Amino acid sequence: MSAPRTPSRAMPPQDRAARPGNRPDRKGTAVSDYNFAYLDEQTKRMIRRALLKALAVPGYQVPFASREMPMPYGWGTGGVQVTAACLTPGDRLKVIDQGADDTTNAVSIRRFFQRTAGVAVTERTADATVIQTRHRIPEQPLTEAQILVYQVPIPEPLRFLEPRETETRKMHELEEYGLMHVKLYEDIARHGEIATSYAYPVKVEGRYVMDPSPIPKFDNPKLADNPAIQLFGAGRESRIYAVPPYSQVVSLDFEDHPFVASKADHDCDLCGASESYLDEVITDDRGSRMFVCSDTDFCNARQAAGHRGRLSAQEVA
Amino acid sequence: MDGANLTMPLLSVQRLTKRYGPRIGCAEVAFDLWPGEVLGIVGESGSGKSTLLSCLAGLQRPDEGAILWEGRDVLGFSEAERRRLLRGDWAYVHQNPRDGLRMGVSAGGNVGERLMAVGQRHYGAIRDTATDWLGRVEIAAERIDDRPSAFSGGMQQRLQIARNLVTGPRLVFMDEPTGGLDVSVQARLLDLLRGLVRDLGLSVVIVTHDLAVVRLLADRLMVMKSGHVVETGLTDQVLDDPQHAYTQLLVSSVLQV
Repeated sequence: MSAPRTPSRAMPPQDRAARPGNRPDRKGTAVSDYNFAYLDEQTKRMIRRALLKALAVPGYQVPFASREMPMPYGWGTGGVQVTAACLTPGDRLKVIDQGADDTTNAVSIRRFFQRTAGVAVTERTADATVIQTRHRIPEQPLTEAQILVYQVPIPEPLRFLEPRETETRKMHELEEYGLMHVKLYEDIARHGEIATSYAYPVKVEGRYVMDPSPIPKFDNPKLADNPAIQLFGAGRESRIYAVPPYSQVVSLDFEDHPFVASKADHDCDLCGASESYLDEVITDDRGSRMFVCSDTDFCNARQAAGHRGRLSAQEVA
Repeated sequence: MDGANLTMPLLSVQRLTKRYGPRIGCAEVAFDLWPGEVLGIVGESGSGKSTLLSCLAGLQRPDEGAILWEGRDVLGFSEAERRRLLRGDWAYVHQNPRDGLRMGVSAGGNVGERLMAVGQRHYGAIRDTATDWLGRVEIAAERIDDRPSAFSGGMQQRLQIARNLVTGPRLVFMDEPTGGLDVSVQARLLDLLRGLVRDLGLSVVIVTHDLAVVRLLADRLMVMKSGHVVETGLTDQVLDDPQHAYTQLLVSSVLQV
């Protein structure tokens, strides 16, 4: 969908026959009973239209006719549909779940696209052209050649304060976003600071308030001015929204309680990184714990480059 | 009050009609409301007073007539303008505070919501204003972080009033503000309301079936019956010397203790 990706779309005709999903002749090796990347062409067309509209109106939730996918709601059916509509045979896919490449959700979605689209997969952020993510933005900066697809459980940032869909739509239409600050006010009144640590509301291009999916607020600054295309798919709620490359994305806050992108105040115990988002892992029942990078690719790459953390020396010994 | 334009009514209602199919909600209602004036609308249940109020406040669209706010027809406003009016210059106090409050949000958040809706982004300032307003409606400052569900009915109603008045509206619609409260709480609320209305120079349209409420609060009275206005006049004049048969019935129906 962006300029650097077009070469993969203009494949020479002789290569087209070799694509999985295309079956001009029955002798081809990649003959499949399924369309490329699982969805039928009409569905892809419908989703791509929604994606184009979402990119044209940054932060606006575009309704789309979400399909049943062969996985339960909450496992990323929205993200899978968006990914399927974006994938081309030349793409290289990376799937992460809370930053990790090796958890159930990530593994099953990656395998799903390996089987239904036959695309190459990778765990390296830099090598991927499409990255489907659940609740993280990779630590490594993205490029213009990449698409980041988010799985979104509840796309409506105002939902927990205003249950009526008709009303929240009207609020978006008329830019009545005072209610969003009521939530932040409640945080400060109760906890002394803005305690919302994930799904932190943002305003996109000075217009729509958007839920950036449950990414930690540590990742919020990465939404802004990002060279990659960021697409958000909510399957159960049938909504698609997007942040185009190099968009202005501002986290909401108060003048006297400004937004802070917080993380655990530690270094990674495996690679020693001080600037990455950390997971806390309980290691026994006597209170021992370790902090490790939530982005496994980032952590592995650092370890391979010789970086060591507090606990990695013991493993070597 | 100082800057009020006394040559033009604040709100001018002309031939307002609302039908529910073949039945009439209210018909041919017309009145002018001047700055700082309190207009009471009384009548029995089903007389169309609540229909009239919701038409005035823009919650329902009347079938005919015009509502002029400072000379501009509100019915011709865009949705955005109408809602800006509703959270700026206008306020609406519901009969049941649960309709007008966010029950899951603290008292301070409830009062602060209108401030944040009109663009205030300084937490400290919002909280100070909320504390001030809780004091003015006689709610202790230490209850600021409690949710309205932990409040008594009278406190909830006072909180709703604070929430509505915090942005300094010029016109307040009240729908039976004392309904469902016991008499001693009612008396205190009325006292409070009367003080606020006088101090802030508010214009108020108050709907009630309780004649004592309008006797205390209202400058002028409109009596409705079956969707029509049957009598209007100064409050004391209407209550002391009712002309229409229905008003006479209404006044004589009040229980004497």
